[in-house]
Amino acid sequence: MTSAKIIARVANMTKTGKKEVITFSDYSSKGARRVEVVVRAFTAFCCIAVMALVVFLLGYLFIQGIGSISWSFIFDSPRDRMTGGGIWPAIVGTLWLIALVSAFALPVGIATGIYLAEIAKQNKPVRMLRVAIANMAGVPSVVYGLFGFAAFSLAFGFGKSLLAMGLTLACVTLPVVITATEEALKQIPKEQRQAAMALGCTRARTLGKVVLPTALPGIITGAILGLSRAAGETAPILFTGVAFFAPVATNITQPSMALPYHLYIMATQPTTPAPHIVWGTALVLTGILSITNVIIALWRSAKRRKLQW
Amino acid sequence: MNKPAKEKTNKVIRFQTGLQESRRVVSNGLIEKITTFRNTRALDSMATVLITVFGWTAIFVLIGIAGFLIHSSMRAFDEVGIWSMIAGTDWFPTSSDARYGFLPAQVGSIWVTIVALAACVPIGVLSAVYLSEFASSRFREIAKAIIEFMVTIPSVVFGLIGLSVLVPLIREYLPVDSGLIGLTAGLIVGVVCLPTIISISEDALRSVPRELRHGSFALGNTRWQTAYKVILPAASSGVFAAVMLGMGRAIGETMVVLMLAGNAGIIPGSPLEAARTMTGTIAQETGEVVRGSVHFAVLFALGLVLFVSTFIINLIADMVLERSRKKWRR
Repeated sequence: MTSAKIIARVANMTKTGKKEVITFSDYSSKGARRVEVVVRAFTAFCCIAVMALVVFLLGYLFIQGIGSISWSFIFDSPRDRMTGGGIWPAIVGTLWLIALVSAFALPVGIATGIYLAEIAKQNKPVRMLRVAIANMAGVPSVVYGLFGFAAFSLAFGFGKSLLAMGLTLACVTLPVVITATEEALKQIPKEQRQAAMALGCTRARTLGKVVLPTALPGIITGAILGLSRAAGETAPILFTGVAFFAPVATNITQPSMALPYHLYIMATQPTTPAPHIVWGTALVLTGILSITNVIIALWRSAKRRKLQW
Repeated sequence: MNKPAKEKTNKVIRFQTGLQESRRVVSNGLIEKITTFRNTRALDSMATVLITVFGWTAIFVLIGIAGFLIHSSMRAFDEVGIWSMIAGTDWFPTSSDARYGFLPAQVGSIWVTIVALAACVPIGVLSAVYLSEFASSRFREIAKAIIEFMVTIPSVVFGLIGLSVLVPLIREYLPVDSGLIGLTAGLIVGVVCLPTIISISEDALRSVPRELRHGSFALGNTRWQTAYKVILPAASSGVFAAVMLGMGRAIGETMVVLMLAGNAGIIPGSPLEAARTMTGTIAQETGEVVRGSVHFAVLFALGLVLFVSTFIINLIADMVLERSRKKWRR
């Protein structure tokens, strides 16, 4: 229907005093509506295709990997030139790395997030710091690997060790934790802060007693996301101490196996293929990360429902 | 009657300074009160200083990355020369007459990135348009949760699935000898980039003020007409930033290309040839070379090229994003 017709209808309405609703579809021409239906279907198809892809990836991984998961696969060391046995040293290595990354990246990352959200003024240097952090998130992981190798392994003398790997991965994780903390703190309404200040709290006390407890779910979610990213990274640890085979690591000066590298090396090994180990490792790695993320997402949404303003 | 009111006051005091201290203040009078106040202030400034110091350590990591890359690649600049690396066409690092040209890796990276963006930008942006313009809020929540779940899958797992699903398909349906070519790697890298592109462009589309949308509806536009005549132009800078960030990810993606691109030594003429990328080259060779050798330094120089190019891309994306954010801030 053209605009002239609509104007006529409105004029008719005012003349007769009868009210009728001019709906959305009255405005648009038939052709436009037809295009609308097609475009809507097409964009919906794209979106659903992406979702289906995620489901396919996870489902494929599950079907391929579930057969090799067993008690001994998880808790045994590799045997028979890596074609048998389990992946326990790799799991322990990855757990070590998660612990080390938490120890290094979380304090610095959370403090930086607090600094940016609560203390920093809006001036040039702080803007530069923000740009630097945004850029850190975009630095390729293999460049972190080179940096970690040159800095932690060689210059600081940590050699090929869990410590060097942990520090490198901590650098990779840092921007994720910073951004998540800052976002979580920014979501807290200004009124809560002002109320605390009005009651005589200093800035530190406002932070410790009001702001941080409220923002904690968001901060923890961000931290876990960062840690799970670190746990899945392969490139940063390639040169800093990951081992093809090593016994279960007992301290942080040793090189160690890690799940992502084990998966990479097993998947690309042409001489002694062991598909059940490859898929089992892939499932264990993705499974640990997925389950952690689902739990943390559920926990956060439960918390969020409780804290509403 | 008075009880609830009293409880409320107690709560306020506890909220203010913590119960113990307020009791002390009440019983010991003014002097105690002043000292408490002073301590609190000292604590406050101490915490502020500590957090500020921590806050600035992040920038040292970035400076450290640049510094160590430059320091370690000095020997390559001295002995090979910057132009013969960047514009060199041959990559024979281990032959007796060693050649360290980055062009094969650079061209490989560009092919992989082009394929990845060609695969994921249309799908990603259209999905974002659906999510922000057509979908119900319930569907949007679920869809975003599922799509963002992709981020938790490690890239080495993407590489593995590419090896076992896509490589046989490519080998069967395309006229190539092996499935390990730039195209395969590019397609999987495109999948890896999808969540970045979708969530950032969806944010950009949704941050367009409601008034623009309503104005367009009032003029008789359908949702799609509104989307492409009003919303997409208004959010174009945000969508552009999303594409740039996706591009940064594609160039920097390491494990997928290492596993799938084929790592040939020649300059690939098309995505249908085996390619080596900058990331793949570094990942494959750094672990094996002699420390301190020219080859070692050259790999760091390659890392520096990679670092600078992703840095520029991210800087552009960041600037564009900041500008688009300012545009709609009210």
